[in-house]
Amino acid sequence: MSATATLAKTRAARFAQRKAMNYVATGLALAAMAFGLVWLFWILWETFRLGIGGMNMATLTQMTPPPNETGGLANAIYGSFLMVMLATFVGTPIGIMAGIYLAEFDSKSWLASTIRFVNDILLSAPSIVVGLFVYSVVVSRFKTFSGYAGILALALIVIPVVIRTTENMLQLVPAGLREAAYALGAPKWKVILSITLKSARAGVITGVLLAVARIAGETAPLLFTALSNQFWTSSLSEPMASLPVTIFKFAMSPYENWQQLAWAGVFLITLAVLGLNILARVLTRTKA
Amino acid sequence: MLNTPSAPTKSKISVKNLNFYYGKFHALKGINMEIPEKRVTAFIGPSGCGKSTLLRIFNRMFELYPEQRAEGQIILDGENLLTSKEDVALLRAKVGMVFQKPTPFPMSIYDNIAFGVKLFENLNSTDMEERVEWALRKSALWTEVKDKLHQSGSSLSGGQQQRLCIARGIAIKPEVLLLDEPCSALDPISTAKVEELIVELKNDYTVVIVTHNMQQAARCSDYTAYMYLGDLVEFGPTEQMFFKPTRKETEDYITGRFG
Repeated sequence: MSATATLAKTRAARFAQRKAMNYVATGLALAAMAFGLVWLFWILWETFRLGIGGMNMATLTQMTPPPNETGGLANAIYGSFLMVMLATFVGTPIGIMAGIYLAEFDSKSWLASTIRFVNDILLSAPSIVVGLFVYSVVVSRFKTFSGYAGILALALIVIPVVIRTTENMLQLVPAGLREAAYALGAPKWKVILSITLKSARAGVITGVLLAVARIAGETAPLLFTALSNQFWTSSLSEPMASLPVTIFKFAMSPYENWQQLAWAGVFLITLAVLGLNILARVLTRTKA
Repeated sequence: MLNTPSAPTKSKISVKNLNFYYGKFHALKGINMEIPEKRVTAFIGPSGCGKSTLLRIFNRMFELYPEQRAEGQIILDGENLLTSKEDVALLRAKVGMVFQKPTPFPMSIYDNIAFGVKLFENLNSTDMEERVEWALRKSALWTEVKDKLHQSGSSLSGGQQQRLCIARGIAIKPEVLLLDEPCSALDPISTAKVEELIVELKNDYTVVIVTHNMQQAARCSDYTAYMYLGDLVEFGPTEQMFFKPTRKETEDYITGRFG
């Protein structure tokens, strides 16, 4: 009887200790989370507070103005949209095909390991390096800043991101699914297109959306390539305005109307990136 | 409940002095056996004895993995399939396979079945619909799915998914059907349905089934092979294997003294 009593007592003591430990750990985790979130919400709030004032029809429809005149961001919005879209169109197929090669054709060879290693370097390369690279091989050769150069720089940032996510997503597809398709006598290209890539679809699209979100806010690669343009242009062989570069230029200026427009631009980009991230989330959730 | 094989039948697949290697590991050691046509043959034995390995040679599935290698002869319709010049896809159209885990493709129930058929035949939509219905009826799934053919294959229950995989396998009209532990992920009711189906299938197909479940082998097979550590220990009519096995090892395994 006394043995059971002692056991019960030790148990209670150990339990109390564990419970206290649990509270401490939970508290620390919550504090860390709060610390991270505070900054995030602060950023969102400041963006909203300072950007909303510059949001009106003129911002969306008028060209970037000279100092102290009224205007908007229409040419920068259009330029950003066009360059991001075309860079995604160029970079996505290349990235997906390279990802398929790494995951499905040659995953263990030295060539694949080398490609993976180089791709990881590209993935973490500072984007200003990409900008300067395109400047030296395109802009300085053709003696003009252009939308094409901007698209190339952005596409070079998209490709490694898409390669990485495509490969990872394809590797998550269970081997049994591939075997089942081969067992029906399907050729390899058919297995990859109709079965493997199809099951990994949501993940691959998410990767592309995150790449889009990333290049939408890139300034450095555009600064040396597309530069900027005060006027509307649809010609990709001319310098082209973009939101990040316009924000950079306007925010550094002493003119109040420029600063206001810079905040409006920040607000727009933040909104777009937030939307893309939410879309990516929704897509991965419906998959599971 | 045991099935008595009627008259001795002719053999569909002859395995002659077959050796198999995973890299350096010698997984199958000189296997010789005759798989009878339009009968159910079961492979039993403890884990790692080589039964799935043997099954995966019949449709050359092992070739997906470069470090795996088979030596010897497997004669199907008079030709050694291991050295045949014929494309492996055509072999797999003739020798279908269903796996342990249900593997519905990421598409509708209808397309799951049409996928394989389209690889080898150009059917118009009426013929394709008939083929899909035929395969689903054959695999005892039709009544359960006929109103939702365009829903995703993964919306089905595990047992239904497995019967969908069987339907997918028979839709391309193979001659041999390989079943690799088809019931191990299923509940007893689904298992019973699949077993009924297996007995049904032998009217048209040569069926080879790998199973861990001795009762299952007894219930639905005509011939049984007992394997141990890469050797074929004993092979014969199921009734004989279960009631008067000639080898002591077989008896020990079947009566549960070993394994």
